[in-house]
Amino acid sequence: MADTARDAPPEQTDFHELEDGEELFPEPATTQESQPASLAAEDISTNSNGPKQDSLFDDDPEDLFAEATEEVSLDSPERDVLLSDGPSPAITPITPPTSVITPRIGHTHDDMFTHSSFDEIEEEEGGDSFDIHISVSDPEKVGDGMNAYMAYKVTTKTSMSLFKRSEFAVKRRFSDFLGLHSKLASKYLHIGYIVPPAPEKSIVGMTKVKVGKEDQSSNEFVEKRRSALERYLMRTVKHPILLKDPDVLQFLESSELPRAVSTQALSSAGLLRMVNKAADAVNKMTIKMNESDAWFEEKQQHFENLDVQLRKLHTSVESLVCHRKELSVNTAQFAKSAAMLGNSEDHTALSRALSQLAEVEEKIDQLHQDQANADFYLFSELLGDYVRLLTAVKGVFDHRMKTWQKWQDSQMLLQKKREAEAKLQFTNKPDKLQQAKDEIKEEIEELEGKVQQGERDFEQISKTIRKEVSRFEKERVKDFKTIIIKYLESLVQTQQQLIKYWEAFLPEAKAIS
Amino acid sequence: MMAFSSLRSVSVDLNHDASLLIDIPDALCERDKVKFTVHTKTTLSSFQKPDFSVPRQHEDFIWLHDTLVETEDYAGLIIPPAPPKPDFDSPREKMHKLGEGEATMTKEEYTKMKQELEAEYLAVFKKTVQVHEIFLQRLSSHPVLSKDRNFQIFLEYDQDLSVRRKNAKEMFGGFFKNMVKSADEVLISGVKEVDDFFEQEKTFLLDYYSKIKDSTAKAEKMTRAHKNIADDYIHISATLNSLAADDMTANKNLNIILSLQKVEGRVASDQDLKLTELLRYYMRDIQAAKDLLYRRARALADYENSNKALDKARLKSKDIPQAEEHQRQCLQKFDKLSESGKKELTSFKGRRVVAFRKNFIEMAELEIKHAKNSVTLLQGCIELLKSN
Repeated sequence: MADTARDAPPEQTDFHELEDGEELFPEPATTQESQPASLAAEDISTNSNGPKQDSLFDDDPEDLFAEATEEVSLDSPERDVLLSDGPSPAITPITPPTSVITPRIGHTHDDMFTHSSFDEIEEEEGGDSFDIHISVSDPEKVGDGMNAYMAYKVTTKTSMSLFKRSEFAVKRRFSDFLGLHSKLASKYLHIGYIVPPAPEKSIVGMTKVKVGKEDQSSNEFVEKRRSALERYLMRTVKHPILLKDPDVLQFLESSELPRAVSTQALSSAGLLRMVNKAADAVNKMTIKMNESDAWFEEKQQHFENLDVQLRKLHTSVESLVCHRKELSVNTAQFAKSAAMLGNSEDHTALSRALSQLAEVEEKIDQLHQDQANADFYLFSELLGDYVRLLTAVKGVFDHRMKTWQKWQDSQMLLQKKREAEAKLQFTNKPDKLQQAKDEIKEEIEELEGKVQQGERDFEQISKTIRKEVSRFEKERVKDFKTIIIKYLESLVQTQQQLIKYWEAFLPEAKAIS
Repeated sequence: MMAFSSLRSVSVDLNHDASLLIDIPDALCERDKVKFTVHTKTTLSSFQKPDFSVPRQHEDFIWLHDTLVETEDYAGLIIPPAPPKPDFDSPREKMHKLGEGEATMTKEEYTKMKQELEAEYLAVFKKTVQVHEIFLQRLSSHPVLSKDRNFQIFLEYDQDLSVRRKNAKEMFGGFFKNMVKSADEVLISGVKEVDDFFEQEKTFLLDYYSKIKDSTAKAEKMTRAHKNIADDYIHISATLNSLAADDMTANKNLNIILSLQKVEGRVASDQDLKLTELLRYYMRDIQAAKDLLYRRARALADYENSNKALDKARLKSKDIPQAEEHQRQCLQKFDKLSESGKKELTSFKGRRVVAFRKNFIEMAELEIKHAKNSVTLLQGCIELLKSN
């Protein structure tokens, strides 16, 4: 039964490399024929929410391999390769090959409940440990005038077997990055994967660069963007699923990349995106989901709070950067003034001390400037990245709601059709009755399939989100810790320099007589 | 509170001559007015009591300063600069802004900011007390000025001085004040200077004054930027505090940020006292020295005019004795001014150099101390984070 409501693009088949138990559920029903529907229909309860994972698996072992049978027949031919060591297609519901089936299901089962082992899954792959480093460098202006753009060199260093070589570089422009994100988002967001957002566009910033202003602010803009692109790519490849996506691989490896045109802000695609975003926002407000899984409600609240706090922190740190830059400027001005004062001073020793003071302050102003940069690139940008990441996180929760809604809609429709079927008995002329009965039976079958699919989608996205959230939280804590340590180390360096400068000045001050 | 007492080092020649000891042990702040309690301990018989206190307002100090400036006998002296008016505008404005922004902050943040502002308020208050105290102490340690009658009245008169002040104002009519406007012009356009020493001093002081004024302003901006950074740390630590509920990394950091804030705040206030206040004080002192030069220049002008008058008198053969007497007086005045002026300016330079030295040394030592402190704190925190 063709699942027309599916919106996954055909690339889904690439999933076959990945976690075994995982992708089986949302499979594109391209090869799915006949039977399973009836079996499943009885099992799927009409819970408004995904059945609590427990009830599905723990209580009823029979259901367990009813599902298994289901899975098997859902397979598209490519997937047989994967399942060759799994339950054979000839399985019958009676024999309890739990020993054969459960390892895989059990594994999945475990995974869902303990939320632990994204790592386990990775290891199961027999894949390499995560070893890849990407740098974005050498911004180069290509072309002239308003058609000019910045080309960045993207260098990948890796030992992973996923790649053809261990070190390689390509040239990419900003819209290429946006294009990559756009593709990844359309593939993975709606099934619950947290796709890292791309750096923001800036019409003003880019225009200055295009026009050829070679001043400090446009240089700062380019550096800010370069750093953001690098962080974006590293975050993307850190995600074990995204790393293996062919679009990502192509982006990193191939020397030529088709131009991504729909990423322009003012293009029709851009406008369409804006309209869709607005529509989504309205829809979100009207979906009232009966959340029977407290975990999701808790997490959503948690992320709401986190969002508020991070935004606040980001604002405070931006203020810190601004004030530190101000301090740097003021110190430089004072240094100049002290130098003038030293020149004017007629007492020789004091005059020299004042000049020394001026020199110290000049060095200190550079120190403050460097510290302000550290404040910004380490601390402030990290916070900005996470504020944007949280938007993606909230997005997957929203997709789950939408998936739930779709499932509910199918169910309601099914209900209506069943009611209509029942009514049929009492209406219509006998000769037309059979025809109508057949028609409606067909429709009901179709809808039953949709409902099943909807439930599966919902379960799948819920499962994926749980994993993603756990991975996200782990990454976040690690990320913050690493960056904060770096930031504190930068502060230490500044302070140690300050000690050096003042200790050098002290004898000069003492020498005044 | 060590930082506040060290404001004294701006003026290092305050001899603690036991015959006349003055201090301001406390002060009251009501609205815009500060009431200082001036306490005197003396062994001099010219005073009625050996130990007494009077309440004085800022305007009383100004009155005293102005009467000293306008006393002819002291024309050859550098009159200690008048203490500046107590200025609570800045912390008051900040307090107002804080009140308006209360809703956007957490309770702890608001409390901390309020504490900081109250500390700032207190700092302004203490600074103004000290600056008024130093003014009196410079007078009491000056061999000539300490004997001034008005000074004694200021210290002793147990009634409200404002009545006496009004009379004095009418008497002098701000005569000298009006002249001050063109003082620099008089100095620059110059009556021909006969004495190298004064020629040099004039050039030096005019130039130095404008430079030190600029440096004072720039130092003040630096201090303010430090204070802003300290305030930012308060906001950051407050937010980290809120995050700490769900987040273990934040927990460890909030302490370090709070400590950094304290250190940054100390750096700001120490810099303020050792550098900004030092520069500000000497800026005013140099103005006082310029005033001396100006008075001498006027005396020179007067002398030259009296010469011209004498010549005219001799030509007309009229009023010659008066003209001669007038000329003699002018010359005497000018000479007296020059002699005392030279002494004053020389000792002033010495004083300035000593004060700068002391403050620079203290400032460098404090900066080093704070930086070392920060390093220890930061390294401790890094260790903690890494070991986790």
